[in-house]
Amino acid sequence: MRIALIALAFFAVSGTALAQQSAPSAPPVETAKEALPTPKDPVAAKRAVALGAELRCLVCQNQTIEESNAELAVDLRRQIREQIAQGKTDREILDYMVARYGDFVLYRPPFKATTALLWIGPFLLLLIGILALRRVLAGRRKRVDEQPLTDAERGEAERLLAGTGKTE
Amino acid sequence: MKRALVFAIPLAIFVVLALFLLRGLGLNPREVPSPLIGKAAPQFQLKELADPAKAFSEKDMAGKVWLLNVWASWCVACREEHPLLVEVSRKKAVPIVGLNYKDEPGDAKAWLKQFGDPYTLSVTDRDGRVGIDYGVYGVPETFLIDKAGVIRYKQIGPITPEAWEKKIMPMVRELEKS
Repeated sequence: MRIALIALAFFAVSGTALAQQSAPSAPPVETAKEALPTPKDPVAAKRAVALGAELRCLVCQNQTIEESNAELAVDLRRQIREQIAQGKTDREILDYMVARYGDFVLYRPPFKATTALLWIGPFLLLLIGILALRRVLAGRRKRVDEQPLTDAERGEAERLLAGTGKTE
Repeated sequence: MKRALVFAIPLAIFVVLALFLLRGLGLNPREVPSPLIGKAAPQFQLKELADPAKAFSEKDMAGKVWLLNVWASWCVACREEHPLLVEVSRKKAVPIVGLNYKDEPGDAKAWLKQFGDPYTLSVTDRDGRVGIDYGVYGVPETFLIDKAGVIRYKQIGPITPEAWEKKIMPMVRELEKS
């Protein structure tokens, strides 16, 4: 019963309809504002798009700022373009975002104490898997190799091979 | 013995994973911890909603413990927490400054007339730039700022009566003593 409830809760949380019920609301999306002045300089335009793709939109968390139509994402795209125009480096712009929204805004979080498990975890699991596999294989080889025949078995085998033996 | 281990290790891994996932169920993925806690409140200077000729800056609240509440007339969840804010202002528990975020001043004033105005004053952040400086991504959001102008707490989403009783009010009392 409890498990069923937990499973239900899980699906409820993943259902967007329920999740939005009392979640903090986002400004209404205005598609008219979507078109932003793209920097004339193609290099700057490319940089803006690349930076936007590195950053998570906090309103719709599985989209990048570049993809999202949420108003906040539009504002942040504008920020990126303005800061590029001001001559800021990519690093400075990313730091600006992290100072306000935290590491969560980065799609590639930095390696530090709190994210160590996130980065190392998969390799750790792989290592455990390899070690476990090696143990199992070694154990199996031992079972095959290290069971010499007893004298009685050897005699039995020889009798059988000679074709004269009778099984008891 | 060995057989028991073969059984126990996967079970242990499963239990640890299950505990992590169970904890994850109780977390709200929309609540992203703010890096601004413990840092000075970002500076701003904005026009007051009631009188655009006047400007307000966070420095005007120096020496006071206060709340900065981000709200908008288009924000549905703001209506949910609004009665609580009205109650707080009626009791004069702590001054609340409203940051009217990406809103039409006309709509905002009408909204306050309809639901009551709990704010010492509201300032207009029409293009949301101050909101970006405060890391606002979901309205309502509320910042608790101490006498030295340091952000001590951030409520993401509506202030629930529980959050008010157990977190915000005790912190306000504590900060007012210092």
